[in-house]
Amino acid sequence: MIDVNRKGEVWVFAEQHNGQLEDTPIELMSKARHLADKLGVKLAVVLLGDGIKDLAVKLMHCGADKVYVAENPLLRAYQTNSYAKVMYDLIHKHKPQIVLYGATIAGRDLAPRIASASKAGLTADCTDLQIGDHTTVKDKKVHKNLLFQIRPAFGGNIVATIINHDRWPQMATVREGVMMMPEPDETRKGQIIEEQVQLAEHDLPLEILQEHKRAKKVDLKAARIIVAGGAGVGSKDNFRLVWDLANCLGGAPAATRAAVDLGFIDHDHQVGQTGTTVRPSLYIAVGVSGAIQHQAGMSHSQKIVAINNDPDAPIFGLAHYKILGDLNEVVPMMIKSIREKS
Amino acid sequence: MAYNCVVLVKQVPDTKSITGEAMNDDGTVKRSALPAIFNPEDLNALELALQIKEKFGGHITVITMGLPAASAVLRDSLFRGADEAILLTDRRCAASDTLATSYILSCAVKRIDYDVVLCGRQAIDGDTAQVGPQLAEKLGVTQITYVEELLELDGKTITARRNIGNGWQQVKAELPVLLTVTGDANEPRVAAAKRMMKYKNACTPFEVAQRIKAENPDAVEAEIKELVANRCSKLAESGSLIKQLDLDIIEADLAWCGQSGSPTKVHRIQSVVLAAKESKQIEPNEQAISEMIHDLIDDKIIA
Repeated sequence: MIDVNRKGEVWVFAEQHNGQLEDTPIELMSKARHLADKLGVKLAVVLLGDGIKDLAVKLMHCGADKVYVAENPLLRAYQTNSYAKVMYDLIHKHKPQIVLYGATIAGRDLAPRIASASKAGLTADCTDLQIGDHTTVKDKKVHKNLLFQIRPAFGGNIVATIINHDRWPQMATVREGVMMMPEPDETRKGQIIEEQVQLAEHDLPLEILQEHKRAKKVDLKAARIIVAGGAGVGSKDNFRLVWDLANCLGGAPAATRAAVDLGFIDHDHQVGQTGTTVRPSLYIAVGVSGAIQHQAGMSHSQKIVAINNDPDAPIFGLAHYKILGDLNEVVPMMIKSIREKS
Repeated sequence: MAYNCVVLVKQVPDTKSITGEAMNDDGTVKRSALPAIFNPEDLNALELALQIKEKFGGHITVITMGLPAASAVLRDSLFRGADEAILLTDRRCAASDTLATSYILSCAVKRIDYDVVLCGRQAIDGDTAQVGPQLAEKLGVTQITYVEELLELDGKTITARRNIGNGWQQVKAELPVLLTVTGDANEPRVAAAKRMMKYKNACTPFEVAQRIKAENPDAVEAEIKELVANRCSKLAESGSLIKQLDLDIIEADLAWCGQSGSPTKVHRIQSVVLAAKESKQIEPNEQAISEMIHDLIDDKIIA
């Protein structure tokens, strides 16, 4: 735990594996830049690993004023304890006021361990961050310029704004795909600070015997157009309609959790709270009822077209174009119309 | 070699079946309007513990922190095969965030001799996945998160396969460890009829007291106390007494419990109302659809 420290920097944990930066912390950078500017403090990024110093330049292009680099052979592969120890030491040395992590597999493994050791607060899976004031109920004291940690809760049915006014740093993990990748500015410069790391063998209690990574079957986050099918599509065979419509638009096929659970398509294609969060220009929802968990993953789409034969389907609540009808008739009509125009 | 497992479970509102009626006008959730269920991934954690016990022997203790009514998930755990159930309940636990919760749980777990602590990856009411790693830190044990499969236990070490999102990783660690278990790890068994018969009367001292008071509305406090003590010791003999702990018994430092132990506070809650700013109804015929496609091309949404 560190004390409330108004001069403290805003930090982002720059997660990398094998010299490859994860997307989520980078997505965070434009928001973090905004928070730091609002507070009038520096934005710093913490980069841990081995032989990864070159990544610092890219992080400066994405908005970092400072990059703390801790290189050590013992940090080559991510492990909870070793990374948590180094982060803990750096946090207590430099006393940042805010520390942000991507809510990735590693981020959600690491951040709570650091929070527990630091006896600091941590909010999981934020979808937005802002700076604002909070008045404590008991003593009516106003705490200015706190980090508003905004996240869905109760399966996405409510949005809670969480604050942490006394035990700092204020920490949060941020959902993948909810913030926009910053445009790198190659003229941006910053400061690289090399940090010495104190680690021993016992800080690496895990022996990593084997690791297998596979490429994702589809990159939904990069898709400009997404055609998503729900349980309403009816069968794996009929899901061909979704693929066909996606293909003729040059888009990516996607699905709801229900459609994935029914085996219509692979989990890599799933959009929603337990899948990918997307923000394409066009989202076509085919036979998707629009459960709140699904909406959480696609509500930021620029234009939404919904095709459903149920007039009460919640998806119609956020669609720009509502087509009440049989998807088996409507989708072929759409394909025909698109082919005629292109 | 046998292994002692501690499984941490939580009773949660079934967030999957939330309807409009479960929301208050101010956007908060009426917990009472939602069915309370066994947190799904905690069932996977319990199943993994049961598999360890079947293969190697040992003892399974299930702990939950919650309201007195959370004893339902403990009874369910006994039906499925747990050896011992503990309810940790105390008004002073209210408003605990994940940090305070993990501290309180650590005080309870430290009193038990364990080799493996198992938790579900996350609970469906908060979806934070924080309590597992925080508890591991408080206990000072190695954490293995997102466990999909237990590969080996050899007395000193554990080998497990964990899901790393776009693949998997096989890791080995010395015992004791804390595992967080995913929904893909196994298919939780259902309650066994025989065990349901055996434990159908299992309850906590709190529930015993409630029943005795209802049965003896005119009894004075001293009498009730004695009746409760008698009934509890009978239940304990048959293994049907669910142990009940409070913060004093586990010697928790109150400064780290409940509101005072929780750095995170709720500033505001809003209900989610997503709506398109403007929307058009399109008739399901060729002409209307063709016009819509035309609009989308004009708006440069479709190239």
